[in-house]
Amino acid sequence: MITTYLFYFLSFLAIMFALMVVLSKNPVHSVLYLVLAFFTIAGHYVLLNAQFLAAVHVIVYAGAIMVLFLFVIMLLNLNKETEPHKSVWLKASAAVASGLLLVVLVGSLKGAETIVQVNAFNPNIGLIENLGQTLFHDFLLPFEVSSILLLAAMVGAVMLGKRSIK
Amino acid sequence: MTLGYLIYKLILVIIVFAVTLLIAMYSTYAERKVAGFLQDRLGPNRAGPFGILQPVADAVKLFMKEEMIPSVSNKTLFIIAPGLSLLTACMTGVVIPWGTSLNLFGENYSLQVTDLNIGILYLFGVVSIGVYGIMIGGWASNNKYSLLGAVRASSQMISYEVAMGLSIIALIITTGTLSVGQIAAQQSGWHWNILVQPLGALIFIVCAFAETNRAPFDLPECEQELVGGYHTEYSSMKMGFYLFAEYINMFISSAVISTFYFGGYNMPFIGRFIQSPNLLAICGVVFLFAKIFFGIFFFMWVRWTIPRFRYDQLMNLGWKMLIPLSILNLVLTCTWMMRHEIFNALFK
Repeated sequence: MITTYLFYFLSFLAIMFALMVVLSKNPVHSVLYLVLAFFTIAGHYVLLNAQFLAAVHVIVYAGAIMVLFLFVIMLLNLNKETEPHKSVWLKASAAVASGLLLVVLVGSLKGAETIVQVNAFNPNIGLIENLGQTLFHDFLLPFEVSSILLLAAMVGAVMLGKRSIK
Repeated sequence: MTLGYLIYKLILVIIVFAVTLLIAMYSTYAERKVAGFLQDRLGPNRAGPFGILQPVADAVKLFMKEEMIPSVSNKTLFIIAPGLSLLTACMTGVVIPWGTSLNLFGENYSLQVTDLNIGILYLFGVVSIGVYGIMIGGWASNNKYSLLGAVRASSQMISYEVAMGLSIIALIITTGTLSVGQIAAQQSGWHWNILVQPLGALIFIVCAFAETNRAPFDLPECEQELVGGYHTEYSSMKMGFYLFAEYINMFISSAVISTFYFGGYNMPFIGRFIQSPNLLAICGVVFLFAKIFFGIFFFMWVRWTIPRFRYDQLMNLGWKMLIPLSILNLVLTCTWMMRHEIFNALFK
């Protein structure tokens, strides 16, 4: 009962903060609203009994990635004067394009069948023991391959950050 | 989930909160007394006997001071930021096991507010959120020196979080649990984790110094030579909040270090002298606080002994010394944990 109310409350907050990310004028405010949106999503993870995911979500997204975002935006010090002015035609075409995308999404969702659950939902899948078994036993190879992807990205970033390559 | 249970948890939370604030308050007094002792002077001794009313006098002074908000700063964020710092500092106390459990009127009352099964990650998450108070404060001041101070502080905290996380992972591998309560319970007798993880403990303690912005890592809030830090524009009690958050962080860090590596509420040989479980629980609380007070004294001792790092030295220490060392620690720990499997694979 109480979880249902919590779900609606968190969903309302998540959507509101997500809208504020787009609507607020100041980029720093946008980043801070995005952090709040991440917190509400972490709350959803807790409701799904996935506490490990919730904690990691907060640590990685709110604690690390968004701090770096904030870093860059604060140092660039974006404001109205430095913002590039966009023409009316650009804005109009953006509105038309996103409107078309909305039509496509609504159309495809309307025709879609309701999802049939193949595997029964395991409420304990988000707990750390089960998650570890899934990641390091059932899907070990994809997990390790994705770590190579991250390593490659890191090496690439270091190479780009270097001024001159000897 | 009875009403009595909720009331008991609420009382426990309030006690933890009150004790945290009280200890942080008297840490400011202790800091100056320890400084006086180490520098062969008296320290504060005017307000009350031995100056024990000094924190109250300081608080009154901070409240009475003129409040200044820069006219062009972002007012809402400027006011929120110190509160955010204090909030994240206070949030960590709930997962620390302050003792085993008291048995009153046939009911068991655990002295830990909540034993999350991801307790360590919760601690780490709150620590990583703590950066926001500083960054928002520095940016909302609308002052270049404040912004530079905030960037300096947050890059220091992010850098040392990496080594801290790696040393915690090694600890998790040896203990096999993420629950802080179980880690404390495993260290009964002499099974303190520092004997298992000496290198990890050293790295963790160094990183704790950097995370709490204490000397020799106090570049975020040094005085004249780098024009203050993120709190240059703050005055009155908002400034007090930032300083207070630092002392709370110091208390919580000492509690975490004691719980993770120095046995928590456990003390060797105590079981021989005291049989009653309730008395044992109370002794556990006393032991934990004795360890915490020694930790706080150690923080102050270091502050008045070692000079501050230069910023490049600080970054070199973080990235080129502590992170490789913690990775080495991790590899050694994993090798030791898997020694039977490795032995079997190589020689059989």
